[in-house]
Amino acid sequence: MSEPRIIEIEVLRYNPESDAAPRSEVYKVPFTDDMSVLQGAQYIKDNFDGSLTFRWSCRMAICGSCGMMINGIPKLSCETFLRDYYPNRVSLEALAHFPIEKDLVVDWSGFMEKLESVHPYIIPKEERAIEEGEYLQTPKQFAEYIQYAACINCTLCYSACPQFGLDPDFIGPGAMAILHRYNADSRDGGADTRMEVVASEDGVFTCSAAAYCSEVCPKHVDPAKAVNINKINASLDYFLRFLRPKGDSQ
Amino acid sequence: METYKADVVIVGGGGSGLRAAIAVAETDPLLKIALVSKVYPMRSHTVAAEGGAAGVRQAHDSFDYHFHDTVGGGDWLCEQDVVEYFVAHCPTELTRLEHWGCPWSRKEDGHVNVRAFGGMKIERTWFAADKSGFHILHTLFQTSIKYPSIKRFDEYFCVDLVEDDGRCQGVVLIEMATGEFTLIEARSVILATGGAGRVFRENTNGGVVTGDGMALAYRHGVALRDMEFVQYHPTCMPITGLLFTEACRGEGGYLVNKDGYRYLQDYGLGPVQDKPRNKYMELGPRDRLSQAFWYEKQKGRTAEGPLGSVVHLDLRHLGEARLRERLPLIYEMAETFMGIDPAKQMIPVRAAVHYTMGGIRVDGRCASELPGLFAVGECSSVGIHGANRLGSNSLSELLVFGKVAGDAAAEHARHVDFGKSEALQKQAREVERGLMAMKTKTGGKEKAALLRKEMAQRMEDGCGIFRVEATMKTTCDKLAELRERFNDVAIEDQTSVWNTEFLTTIELDHQLDVAAAMANSALHRRESRGAHQRLDGYGERDDVNFLKHSDAYRTHGGPPRIEYNAVKITKSPPAARAYGAAGEKAEQERKDAHV
Repeated sequence: MSEPRIIEIEVLRYNPESDAAPRSEVYKVPFTDDMSVLQGAQYIKDNFDGSLTFRWSCRMAICGSCGMMINGIPKLSCETFLRDYYPNRVSLEALAHFPIEKDLVVDWSGFMEKLESVHPYIIPKEERAIEEGEYLQTPKQFAEYIQYAACINCTLCYSACPQFGLDPDFIGPGAMAILHRYNADSRDGGADTRMEVVASEDGVFTCSAAAYCSEVCPKHVDPAKAVNINKINASLDYFLRFLRPKGDSQ
Repeated sequence: METYKADVVIVGGGGSGLRAAIAVAETDPLLKIALVSKVYPMRSHTVAAEGGAAGVRQAHDSFDYHFHDTVGGGDWLCEQDVVEYFVAHCPTELTRLEHWGCPWSRKEDGHVNVRAFGGMKIERTWFAADKSGFHILHTLFQTSIKYPSIKRFDEYFCVDLVEDDGRCQGVVLIEMATGEFTLIEARSVILATGGAGRVFRENTNGGVVTGDGMALAYRHGVALRDMEFVQYHPTCMPITGLLFTEACRGEGGYLVNKDGYRYLQDYGLGPVQDKPRNKYMELGPRDRLSQAFWYEKQKGRTAEGPLGSVVHLDLRHLGEARLRERLPLIYEMAETFMGIDPAKQMIPVRAAVHYTMGGIRVDGRCASELPGLFAVGECSSVGIHGANRLGSNSLSELLVFGKVAGDAAAEHARHVDFGKSEALQKQAREVERGLMAMKTKTGGKEKAALLRKEMAQRMEDGCGIFRVEATMKTTCDKLAELRERFNDVAIEDQTSVWNTEFLTTIELDHQLDVAAAMANSALHRRESRGAHQRLDGYGERDDVNFLKHSDAYRTHGGPPRIEYNAVKITKSPPAARAYGAAGEKAEQERKDAHV
């Protein structure tokens, strides 16, 4: 292990019980080459200020807890390394576009409501008894949705999304990726049910197509693609409604 | 104090808790369910499981084979009737999860595929690439959203149980975002809080894995069973402890020492195989492989460097395409965290703490000795892992026994009334008073972060892969001292909103109890079995004196009281535990003897 060097970590602190507005604090943290930004924050908490608050758990970029703005870019702090910022200062802030609860902890309740709203579960195309075994899925069918199933709900894409920044009710890239994950699954027949969400006032049409969401996604889910596919689907659905005889919902 | 009522309250939103919640919702939609988790459910540590979930799948496999692998793998400390139930229900639950959308990896013909895993005679591990836990957890979480009877308490931390009339009747929570205390009165309580690996220094576990449920049950007089059995996983990232799944070896990876020698052949796992062969070499069980690492280190055959002592996981011969398909997470982790391309370079690894085999003692229906209190998953000891868990049995466990626990808790809830609110609220207020006194007391000189560090180091020193009386004793004494010093902890942060310093101090309180149960159970087991190996004259398995479960009971102020209980044997009498060619020979001899 290399000898520890000292890096300056600037953290945007906010304590709702005593601060009128967020304020910056700078800490000088000894680090080694293997240390992540998360470990830097843990070092501050354990050694300098026990009140520093942030979410974390798995340390391996799969639980989705530890996202923050690192030098202004939404990243998972567990897989971002201090060595890549040294000798400059690195700044940490809560994920952009979300209300801050304390320090680096944001209010995720809005995201959770969106996730719940997209019917994020299989609505079976055909019911199947357990005794009949699994649904068959060819590699091609599997490939249709697996990428979208990789979303870890870290919400970095929301912090990258200019439209979500303007309108917190916008369904947003992450929830759309999950919606599409089910629509694209050969076992699922719930696309019509989900169309209501897709085509709603806060649905895909307000997306301004910046596609920055896909750039910051740590799992290469490409939520922008999910949004785009659903824009097309929703447009088709809209026009087809006029061509269908009245009363035919199919 | 804010108070809710639920027919069933479940603490823990990982795989076990979610599966239990769904079971309650499906068995009786009228039952009100409260699902409590200190993190959003999809952050729970189930998310980090990689390799897969065991369940008989192929025509040439059988429940009997899965049973014998599990019981032998557990060095005969398993509850055999529970294992029989378990193996028979794995395929059903794994198929059900497929119907709920779990993206199990497939074969070309569209059927679910299975892979080889350590200690398993036939390939029977269902997998979703190397993100099996992630996909299981998200499938369960998203499916749980279907059920309106499940009310979630996300980011609520459970700090105690309340009981009345000799029954567990609810839980006391802290809402993390506000610091407010909340009482949930319940007819049935299920603990599904996961393991306790964070009491050790180098471990694969997420920060949330602090043994909360174990400590709460223990505090209420329930035994923690077989706590000395802590699993070291043989292939972990040095320093961070992050896991490189056993599936690396299931897919054909080699383990080599500093000389490039496949050293497992020297430890009863050979002879060397070119291709993965079940129960040989790299596909031996985790306890044996971690022990082999330790011996290599003693012999000076591990590579020494800035990362400490390591051996190498060699995946190069599998090629980039297969690695990207089967082990994409491992590939990324090696690249991101170590700057290594596993298709071109070997990965330095060593053994680290991974899994708590023991836990809250429950029967085959997940019921503890305290009426109304159930436990499931890693926090529990239902009896399937014995002295050493086989890889891929725990993900199946949370599905099979999550359902069992949910059904049993629902049944119990239908047969008892809510208790006396006043008595429960009084207890909850006492819990709040106690914790607030801890938080606000002045003049404390100790730092929780420092005590946590000392605890983790002492556990590694005394309760590692090999153990001796003297260091175990030192660890037990040190834990008692840390317990004393804990009373003198000062909490700097006196705010209410998201006070993680306060919350992690409560977690440390839990960890100190669980660590003491582990270390004292280890000290008293004077034999070597599975993951509990001694070097001080107790190097052999001793079925005469120790074919028994240990039960640790909390005492007031002293070390835990350790009692022993019989192991349920149905069809597999204890035999020599062997792998590789020796294992095959032993199995043949057993078969011949039965003819």
